[in-house]
Amino acid sequence: MTHSEMGGVRAPGDVAHAEHGSYTPVFTGERRKELDELFTRYPTKMATLLPALWIVQEERGWVSSEGMAEVAELLELTPAYVKGVVTFYTMYHQHPVGRHFIQVCTTSPCNVCGAEDVVNALLRHTGCEELGVTSPDGKYTVIEVECLGACGFNTPLMVNEKFIESVTPATVPALLASLG
Amino acid sequence: MGFPHTPHERETLVLSKYFGDTDAIGLDGWRKRGGYVALEQALKMTPAEIVGIVKESGLRGRGGAGFPTGVKWSFMKPGDGKPHYLCCNADESEPGTFKDREIMRWTPHALVEGCAIGAYAIGAEVAYVYIRGEYTEALDKMNAACKEAYAAGILGTNAMGTGKTVHVYVHKGAGAYICGEETALMNSLEGRRGNPRIKPPFPAVAGLFGQPTTINNVETLVAVPHILTNGAEWYKKFGRPDNPKSTGTKLFSVCGNIQKPGNYEVTLGFPFKDFLYDLCGGPLPGRQFKAIIPGGISVPIQTREEAENTPMDYEGFVANGTMLGSGGVIIIDDAQNLVKQIARAARFFAHESCAQCTQCREGTAWTTKILERIVAGDGTHEDLDTLLEIGENMTGKTICVLSDSCATPVTSGIQKFRGDFEALIKRKKVHMVPAQVA
Repeated sequence: MTHSEMGGVRAPGDVAHAEHGSYTPVFTGERRKELDELFTRYPTKMATLLPALWIVQEERGWVSSEGMAEVAELLELTPAYVKGVVTFYTMYHQHPVGRHFIQVCTTSPCNVCGAEDVVNALLRHTGCEELGVTSPDGKYTVIEVECLGACGFNTPLMVNEKFIESVTPATVPALLASLG
Repeated sequence: MGFPHTPHERETLVLSKYFGDTDAIGLDGWRKRGGYVALEQALKMTPAEIVGIVKESGLRGRGGAGFPTGVKWSFMKPGDGKPHYLCCNADESEPGTFKDREIMRWTPHALVEGCAIGAYAIGAEVAYVYIRGEYTEALDKMNAACKEAYAAGILGTNAMGTGKTVHVYVHKGAGAYICGEETALMNSLEGRRGNPRIKPPFPAVAGLFGQPTTINNVETLVAVPHILTNGAEWYKKFGRPDNPKSTGTKLFSVCGNIQKPGNYEVTLGFPFKDFLYDLCGGPLPGRQFKAIIPGGISVPIQTREEAENTPMDYEGFVANGTMLGSGGVIIIDDAQNLVKQIARAARFFAHESCAQCTQCREGTAWTTKILERIVAGDGTHEDLDTLLEIGENMTGKTICVLSDSCATPVTSGIQKFRGDFEALIKRKKVHMVPAQVA
């Protein structure tokens, strides 16, 4: 299996896993307060690791090495430990992705209802060369994802945080147009 | 009720009564529909009384294993001086299953109430609801419901004015099927990689943060308020008269090649044939059901004939060679390449294996490679024996059952639909052999 077949995102050739220029911390002001509130919910600081990483991704669109290091320091963990956790889960982006990050479910229940045709239509209409590779205009990244848990509404997909159900190859152009 | 369908007259609507009713989502609307009456009642009872009623009702876990809920709760020893925890498993990711999603979308307060009662019953002050990261709408609804419940004094350090502490916190997952396994879920919640833990110790002894913990599925917990309000006898009435081991109503998610996919709530023991043809509308025009996976992709595949003779309860499915599992019914019809779908299922498990155990890491990957080779027209007859042998080595030998779950559709698929595999193998592509250079 290739990396993209396994649902991975390929890093653009010229981008390292670190942010360019000087890093500005995520956890200041409201975001810091949010983290402090999270600390009260769990008996350990480590338990806030997943929520903290979500905050980084919400703010920056992805989780950079610097972002991991910042979280590590606040949670009294090592950057290596945080990276180990980040790489376990599929939803944290370890490098920038297209403005519209499209995840299409192609697991068996959707597969028998034609999910692969939806994937092909998306690749054709977004100009993405292949799965996991961002389109040349930086607008789209399309990946296959394992079971989105909406098996009765084929084909479901997610565009960033938005869940869209019952997509067919015919509705793909209108869907992309609505994203802007 | 299978939103967006109107309820079928043969459904029994208890948990899904308000699916599609936008007014039921908020606290005011939920209270008008009898919400939080059961919690108020529960907080006046002793935890042991609640556990007793749930035990008596016969409620069993709706996540897949079907363990009696009241018995599970009774493992939590009161007065041991340790903090107890309740985890609600809302990491619904078993392919074919999408019932918990609808529960949280339409009736988030039902789950908050179920968690609060469950926490109180096991002596916990904190319940964590672990929701998979992809369920953005369910996450929003649950966060909003918790916020409303805190503001109204239902949750907090003086829950409903009783002086008791009940916290319900939503925790967002980040994309990993394996976190639906209870010990992996606890690791994930603690801020670790979602690797399952070796059992024993079982969660009731040393679970979340090393403390006694109970983990229940969403559907299990939302059934509890109904049981407290209406009584155990009322709940026990739902089921086959000749099978007292399976009681209550169950949500079945139906998907794949069928007329009316969606969620349906029926009493346990409902005839599967009527369910498929009457409630769900039967096969698509001009097609026939070929293979049916009744409990999420991890359970053995049934042939159409087997499925049509099955009563839909824990024992009924087992007697017919499969399991009720999570209640995710996947239909594959005669227009599909079944082997390709089994290969796709194997690829799912290869992707989701946490890779701790060799049998699983290697087994899921090799199973996928061999199956994909057969689908591509490069298979051999030995491949089927190899797959069965790998399947045997993947079963019962690992920390968790993900490995077994991968072997199940493959092994049962080869056993029941061997002809489909052989047809693909016989159509083997002929590769040109380059002429030897003299």
